[in-house]
Amino acid sequence: MSQQNNNLKEELIRISGVNPKKCMRCGKCSATCPAYEEMEYHPHEFVVMVENGNIEPLLNTESLYRCLTCFACVERCPRGVEPAKLVEAVRLVATRRQGANHMKADDVPAKLDEDLPQQAIVSAFRKYTK
Amino acid sequence: MQRIGVFVCWCGSNIAGTVDVQAVSDALKNEPGVVFSTNYQYMCSQAGQNMIKDAIKEYRLTGIVVCSCSPRMHEATFRKTAQAAGLNPYMVEIANIREQCSWVHKDIPTGTEKAIILGKAAVAKVNLNAPLTPGESPVTKRALVIGGGIAGIQTALDIADAGFPVDIVETKPTIGGKMAQLDKTFPTLDCAACILTPKMVDVAQNDKIRIFSYSEVQEVKGFVGNFDVKIKKKARYVNEDICTGCGACTEKCPQKNVPNEFNLGMDNRRAIYIPFAQAVPKVATIDPNACNMLKNGKCGVCAKVCAAGAIDYKQQDQIIEEKYGAIVVATGFNPISMEKFDEFAYSQSKDVITSLEFERLTNAAGPTAGKLLRPSDLEHPHTIVFVQCVGSRCAACAEKGKEYCSKICCMYTAKHAMLVRDKYPDTEVYVFYIDVRTPGKNFDEFYRRAVEEYGVHYIKGMVGKVTPEGKKLKVQGSDLIMDEQVHIDADLVVLAAAIEPDKSARPLATMLTASMDTNDFFTEAHPKLRPVESPTAGVFLSGACQGPKDIPETVSQAGAAASKVIGLLAKDKLTGNPCIASPNELMCNGCSSCERVCPYGAITYVDKEFRMPDRTTAIRRVAQVNPAVCQGCGACTVACPSGAMDLRGFASAQIIAEVDAICK
Repeated sequence: MSQQNNNLKEELIRISGVNPKKCMRCGKCSATCPAYEEMEYHPHEFVVMVENGNIEPLLNTESLYRCLTCFACVERCPRGVEPAKLVEAVRLVATRRQGANHMKADDVPAKLDEDLPQQAIVSAFRKYTK
Repeated sequence: MQRIGVFVCWCGSNIAGTVDVQAVSDALKNEPGVVFSTNYQYMCSQAGQNMIKDAIKEYRLTGIVVCSCSPRMHEATFRKTAQAAGLNPYMVEIANIREQCSWVHKDIPTGTEKAIILGKAAVAKVNLNAPLTPGESPVTKRALVIGGGIAGIQTALDIADAGFPVDIVETKPTIGGKMAQLDKTFPTLDCAACILTPKMVDVAQNDKIRIFSYSEVQEVKGFVGNFDVKIKKKARYVNEDICTGCGACTEKCPQKNVPNEFNLGMDNRRAIYIPFAQAVPKVATIDPNACNMLKNGKCGVCAKVCAAGAIDYKQQDQIIEEKYGAIVVATGFNPISMEKFDEFAYSQSKDVITSLEFERLTNAAGPTAGKLLRPSDLEHPHTIVFVQCVGSRCAACAEKGKEYCSKICCMYTAKHAMLVRDKYPDTEVYVFYIDVRTPGKNFDEFYRRAVEEYGVHYIKGMVGKVTPEGKKLKVQGSDLIMDEQVHIDADLVVLAAAIEPDKSARPLATMLTASMDTNDFFTEAHPKLRPVESPTAGVFLSGACQGPKDIPETVSQAGAAASKVIGLLAKDKLTGNPCIASPNELMCNGCSSCERVCPYGAITYVDKEFRMPDRTTAIRRVAQVNPAVCQGCGACTVACPSGAMDLRGFASAQIIAEVDAICK
């Protein structure tokens, strides 16, 4: 693993508090994920790729913004790995790198509609604000 | 004054690498009482032992100090060496200069200094040692087996086969345990009942074996060779000696809606019942929570139809007191509760079942008479999904699952999948697995047969969600090989639930003072070298109470436990530990402090006549220790306010002398 990748990995582990080595490769996170079909990289792949230091593809994938942050994977993971927190950490690194958040908190109300689940609103705040 | 010999061991480089052994033996030469001091490469070797024997004779030694490894390793060796040379074995002291010195220090000066100090302490103690002779206690030649599953049955049969009487205590109305509930057994697929029930009958017919069914152990006192046990025989309201097991009562009882625990609540039984056709003992039992006669005195049908007149509504719980030389724990396991696994919809749908429930569904004596029908509508399922590792290998939440692998699920799931495909080729079977673990004779071949011959679909991944929708169960899972999320419309979902020790294990461990691990499995005395003995002398372990096990492994362990029990019961006398408490009667004022703290009930009081200084006699109450019961724990020596109680071999004066030598 290159030094740069290793630094990135350490940073992600620090931000998220996730220890990817606890993963036993059961795939329950991806089995439970409601946004699975929308994602290029799936929750279990985030865990494995961060562990392997293969992080650049994650920083550039749309999957970062497809994750609903519903935390089903966190709830169901039998080993307590908490993949969603890792996805969030990658997202944070990506947005910091681009120098800004995608959306301001003030922009959110305009995008709300009646059918939007409350959880998604909360997720949006988690996702798009600091 | 003692004549002490000091023997410093190098233990190859284990000790000599960090301790200057020559300096140690030189320094100890000058200690009071020491007349000989030497060092050698391996004191425990034959040559080393001969060196000790020769020195004892040549220097007329009255005590020896061996500076070597932990006394747990070789104290017994050196005591035997001393005894062979005519020295009392309790005149041997070990200074642990390996585990407590060389292994924990890195530089030679520190290690050497500490080794000398430890040696000095041992010398100081030997100066005050006195020869001790161990007492003997008799062995009650009867064994108790707690639990009547296959583990308990096999252990009891093997002990009885050696000629010793055995009692089995079983909480259920019949012996047989979990194996009686199974349909087929892996990897040979023979029917569980066909191989179990002959053994149950053997137990019933063996005149060395007594079965206390519907009973539980209430109290255990005593020690190895001499346990006093109270067994509560719960009232079953049927006279066991008269009941013929004809079953007339179980057909006529009007209370029909009691969930049948033998079929895991998937059908009903009557208030008076015999768990299954081959039950041993085959006698009826009345469920006091369901019987109208017992609850409000209105009924009495069973008494009317019983030709033998065996029904006894006034029967009371009975306490049986018996003595045993050895106790075998065989309390077994249970599947964990699935209530907390919301994602698999176990509580929402009748068609999500556990693997043990599946066993009953395919068993000819089960609720569907062996036809595989789904519980909700009794229709034949065409798509079945098996989910492995439900609650096993779960480190995230202790209340939900267990961190360990339950060991048996991979194999029984392969068995279930194979049996379904064999009987119902029109049914598609999917197995979601994380790993398939099949270490065992013919185990992996068995699993491969399920895939290659029977066409079971194994999917590497876990199920994330099961949603009941109409008559279907929507299963959403991972296929990690294909890297896709799979969706299956299933008719039946079978969960391979983790297994845990039976709930009775913990209170029983407390009664037996036997240790357990954090999962409530009984701990073995040594994980490799003493796998069927508990660290508590006289208590042995058989079957899944010690850890998850399949039937072949349980039966081998049951036999091993039996052979250990036979070895114990074959002895007429057990040599005790002479390092026990003894009171100085002149100092004892009979205050009872020691009696109150003694965990073994070894202390009693007697009135004794003493000659007083003025030549009169006086009767005083003094403590007396039962040498067969005392375990030498030393609690009484601490509690005694007048310092009258002392532990032989570990007297307060000896301990203080060691401390003084260390602090000098």
